[in-house]
Amino acid sequence: MLESYLKNRLKEKEILLMTHIVLGYPTFEDSFEIIESMVNTGVDLMELQIPFSEPIADGPVILNANQKSLSRKTTVKKCMDFAHKVTRAFDVPFLFMSYYNILFKFGVKRFTEAMAQNAIKGAIVPDLPPEEGSDYLGAMEKHNLVPIFIFSPTTPDERMKYLASFGKGFIYCVARKGVTGVDTDFSDQLKKYLARCRKATDLPLALGFGVKEKEDVDFLKGKADIAVVGSQTIRLVDQKGVGAVGQFIKSLR
Amino acid sequence: MKDRGYYEGFGGAYLPEILVATFDELAETFQKAKDDPVFWQEYVDIMSTYSCRPTPVTFAENLTRHFGGARIYVKREDLNHTGAHKANNVMGQGLLVKRMGKSRVIAETGAGQHGVATATMAARFGFKCTIYMGEVDVRRQRPNVFWMERLGADVVTVREGTRILKDAINEAFRDWVTNMDTTHYVLGTACGPHPFPEMVSFLQSIIGKEARSQILEKENRLPARIYACVGGGSNALGIFKAFLEDPVELIGVEAGGKGLDTGKHASRLCSQDASIGVAQGYKTYFLQDNDGQMKETHSVAAGLDYVGVSPILAQFAESGRIRFEAATDREVVDALSLTIQKEGLIPALESAHAFAQAFKEAPAMSKEDVILINQSGRGDKDIFTVADAFADPKWQEFIKEKAEEYHA
Ligand SMILES: Cc1ncc(COP(=O)(O)O)c(C=O)c1O
Repeated sequence: MLESYLKNRLKEKEILLMTHIVLGYPTFEDSFEIIESMVNTGVDLMELQIPFSEPIADGPVILNANQKSLSRKTTVKKCMDFAHKVTRAFDVPFLFMSYYNILFKFGVKRFTEAMAQNAIKGAIVPDLPPEEGSDYLGAMEKHNLVPIFIFSPTTPDERMKYLASFGKGFIYCVARKGVTGVDTDFSDQLKKYLARCRKATDLPLALGFGVKEKEDVDFLKGKADIAVVGSQTIRLVDQKGVGAVGQFIKSLR
Repeated sequence: MKDRGYYEGFGGAYLPEILVATFDELAETFQKAKDDPVFWQEYVDIMSTYSCRPTPVTFAENLTRHFGGARIYVKREDLNHTGAHKANNVMGQGLLVKRMGKSRVIAETGAGQHGVATATMAARFGFKCTIYMGEVDVRRQRPNVFWMERLGADVVTVREGTRILKDAINEAFRDWVTNMDTTHYVLGTACGPHPFPEMVSFLQSIIGKEARSQILEKENRLPARIYACVGGGSNALGIFKAFLEDPVELIGVEAGGKGLDTGKHASRLCSQDASIGVAQGYKTYFLQDNDGQMKETHSVAAGLDYVGVSPILAQFAESGRIRFEAATDREVVDALSLTIQKEGLIPALESAHAFAQAFKEAPAMSKEDVILINQSGRGDKDIFTVADAFADPKWQEFIKEKAEEYHA
């Protein structure tokens, strides 16, 4: 199970690293190389985004990666095949991240079957609150897949508990209001928010949105269990190429 | 949010967690207002003093004679302040913004009518205002961009995706997830997550309420058919709602673009190219590929050029209560031209879709039958597009001279 994997790792490391990439961006070959250098430099788990034409929770960097990937004819089928390849090649847990329409159009049942067949451990679907997700939750359960739910700073305590009752593996805590790829203020307020998250659940906490350097990761030690790096690696690949990824990941810890 | 706004499986509220609390607040504020007779009175007062409600219905005597069939009436939403039905929704939401104590409004716009309406409301109520508009629409609806900016709004050109209405909606959501504490998103049509479809159609229902009694008074009977264009569906639901229980045929007219078999259209409810999906926070028919990626749409009318459609209309399409048809760009320009010549009315290109379909059907109907067309807006904003469609030489001359003036 993902939760026990994470808890075991946490016995050895103060904080874990999860990275987020957009599949097929810049190309599938690049995606593979990026994953390889991330795993080799100690990333503990990865989020693979299946691109969608309307990614409303994403900011400019990830939005652009979604659009470029799609313009190069990325399909859900290609993402599934790619998942098969990377889960065989690398020994860390992989999750899918996408918007609900991708699952819905593929068929939620068929999608979860394909996830299980391709050894994907779970999924993050940011526009699917549990109220709308009964088909999804049932299908995920059937294949022992973990549905990751999201807390945000605007989520009241009561609702955090409600969300945690559906979540498995870990909880993804969004650091602030806004979309991905904008700076986060690693402040006292964030600390208080994470304490509030901690009280609502026993699941490990991942903190994402705006994590981009060692200082941010250090800040999160003792407050969260997983630091999530998303836009920053994509930005890096845009600016310096795939070769720069390993060095960057090493610099985070 | 307890009621999640489902219409036979369409609708819902597929929200990112960060917006859940904001929607809870909005749904509650709307529910209270809806149950409060004072709110509706306040709304009617403002629409009859700041705008021109009740808008009249006009008997189109010349068109009636021209087609020799049904008696044609036109509901004149073009006579609203800012020239379209959009004002109804916007002023109503403005009152809700006051109740919520927010100080800034944002909106998407395609034709620019909703943007202009929102900008006037913001000026009137003293709100800050940002309007998102796709780059393609900024170019084709330039007069409205000018007015939005004069009205003090920040107009942000959206260069993502297909650079039209749906992309402007995405950008407005991205603003909202950052600024929801101060900001209300004035969605312009009966789409999006609950409570927007219900709220917008509730505010627009004033059109049908008036039209029903106006027609009864004039003709002492109900219309046989009512025609409205369908972008997101707000003017259509606005006029249809009052007639749902009546023996009246309701016809929604979508953008047929260059033809339903060309792929270049925006017809979700009467083409084979759409299927059920979930995007922009709600479930409905979308023009999308097999993977769920949204397709490019096309219409001569920016306000109809949208991938999704109201979940309430999707429900009525399935049940058969509303019939959906499409009119092509060419048919629309011809219908516009005829309406201008015969009646001196200048419908917006969006509204002209409803006219085009009515003109196809009126000749075969009985002279005893009454039909009603919703003229959702006026066409002044379309001056560049229509001038191009007519290849008007004097207009081209004028534009060239004007450009030279600026060069000098
Ligand atoms: C004049 C006019 N009519 C119709 C529409 C289409 O919207 P709806 O279907 O919500 O009425 C628009 C949208 O911009 C418009 O400006």
